[in-house]
Amino acid sequence: MSLLKVSDLTKNFGGLCAVSHVNMEIEEKELIGLIGPNGAGKTTLFNLLTGVYEPSEGTIELNVDGQMKSIGGLKPYVITGLGLARTFQNIRLFKNLSVLDNVKIGMQKDIQYGVFSAVLRSNAYYREEKRVEEKAMELLRVVNLDKKKDEKAMNLPYGEQRKLEIARALATDPKILFLDEPAAGMNPQETTELTELIHQIKENFNLTIVLIEHDMSLVMSICERIYVLDYGKLLASGVPEVIKNDSKVIEAYLGEEI
Amino acid sequence: MKDRFKKTNLCWLAAIILSYVILTALMQAGIIDAVYETVLSTIMINIILAISLNLIIGITGQFSLGHAGFMCIGAYSAGVMMKQMPGMGGFLVGILIGFVISALVALIVSIPTLRLKGDYLAIATLGFGEIIRIIVLNMTITNGAAGLVLQKVVTFPFIFAAMVLSTIVIVNFGCSAPGRACISVREDEIASEAMGINTTKYKVMAFVIGAMIASLAGALYAGNFYVIRPDMFTFNRSIDILVIVVFGGMGSMTGSYIAAIVIGLLNNFLQSFAAVRMIIYGLALVLIMIFRPSGLLGTKEFTFTSLFNRFSKRKGEAQ
Repeated sequence: MSLLKVSDLTKNFGGLCAVSHVNMEIEEKELIGLIGPNGAGKTTLFNLLTGVYEPSEGTIELNVDGQMKSIGGLKPYVITGLGLARTFQNIRLFKNLSVLDNVKIGMQKDIQYGVFSAVLRSNAYYREEKRVEEKAMELLRVVNLDKKKDEKAMNLPYGEQRKLEIARALATDPKILFLDEPAAGMNPQETTELTELIHQIKENFNLTIVLIEHDMSLVMSICERIYVLDYGKLLASGVPEVIKNDSKVIEAYLGEEI
Repeated sequence: MKDRFKKTNLCWLAAIILSYVILTALMQAGIIDAVYETVLSTIMINIILAISLNLIIGITGQFSLGHAGFMCIGAYSAGVMMKQMPGMGGFLVGILIGFVISALVALIVSIPTLRLKGDYLAIATLGFGEIIRIIVLNMTITNGAAGLVLQKVVTFPFIFAAMVLSTIVIVNFGCSAPGRACISVREDEIASEAMGINTTKYKVMAFVIGAMIASLAGALYAGNFYVIRPDMFTFNRSIDILVIVVFGGMGSMTGSYIAAIVIGLLNNFLQSFAAVRMIIYGLALVLIMIFRPSGLLGTKEFTFTSLFNRFSKRKGEAQ
């Protein structure tokens, strides 16, 4: 049984069909690439999968403890609770908060104390806060930001902000991680580091990763399977070698050889 | 737990006791006379109102202009109960009833209105505050426009204790996981929802806690100034509270404290210039906003931790 199954997914904005009849099937522990020209509907597809938009048609099913559960149209926080986490194309960190607090907020859903414990500072409060802090620091060490834990998120360099977004998404304890252009605006060295990081978190956290990316060297080198979108439609899917040589994909996106 | 008796917490405790002792001593010595005692009570009640509004505006980022409405609920709950049951007993029961009513009203109001954002929310809450006042104005139990005349049951120690307790509640809430969730709603609602946070729940939570504390402030107002009329809880009152919050810095509780004290003293000082009072007051606010646009403290908070850090840093530099 697959982990995530998307059938016939469509999203219309008025007369515009942003995503049209997309079918996808994602297995556990896969690393999937989602590519396509600008405006192809990649981010819209992400927004549908993570609950930001409600699908106009079609279903999204997630494997929750062996049962396929329809998650189309659920609220984003419910979907995150079921194990889907994401980063954003235009970084959406909590800019005025410290690096550490950004990660802590990602752990909100498994906090074991309520308002009364918080206000009365019960033992549960101290115990949980300590646990949250330790786990957050662990995640910051993964992305190499543990030394900057007290800095404001907005003061981090661009590449580190992207990494912090990944750490924050990991804090929600996801099964599937959606990365929306993680390498955008990074220099080649940062991109290499990011590639390593993606490999590392995939192994250490048992993750399935879906990423949107325009950096073809990154996509072709790390993705096991690639879906290509164009004008909201699925143009092709398959392993990188097949995609590289697909004439339709070359015409629509990769560009012909001169 | 060791953490509970950290150095900084003990410092706060010392600061609370010290300010209580100093204020009481000054009152005993007659340096704070009856006039200044009124100013002091007003300042303390304004502090409670400001920090509770700061929880809604500064921490959760929801712009509410209906705070006087919740204060009105608290004042009239205490007032009506004191009419039935004169004395401290009636007052305390009134506070509890005020808590229940304001929490229920906040819940009912917030579920539809907190879907709105920014200006729209401000206007919706403004309208709601007026509705409360109009209801109170037209009820017989509240004695309509003439209002209620009660006996003075609340004095300095009671208000001081209430102020300290509400501050502890709000500060502890702000430094906890639910508080962090509220801050994340202020920072970026879409990201916060993507992090698994039920943003509506936390907005409602902050709104209800803020409303309950505002109702406590209203009850203290009724118990201390012993005359309440509906026209004391107009939209102007909401603006006065908002001015304190913005002036002190949205999100900074210590900022609200300082702002309430500065504005309280300024107001009192300007009493002697009756004619130009509001002009000078307005001018002072304009100047402060020009030179400190994010308020006196911005989002910064005065903490003993940062004070200690600064000292140890300086010591480090000296060596």
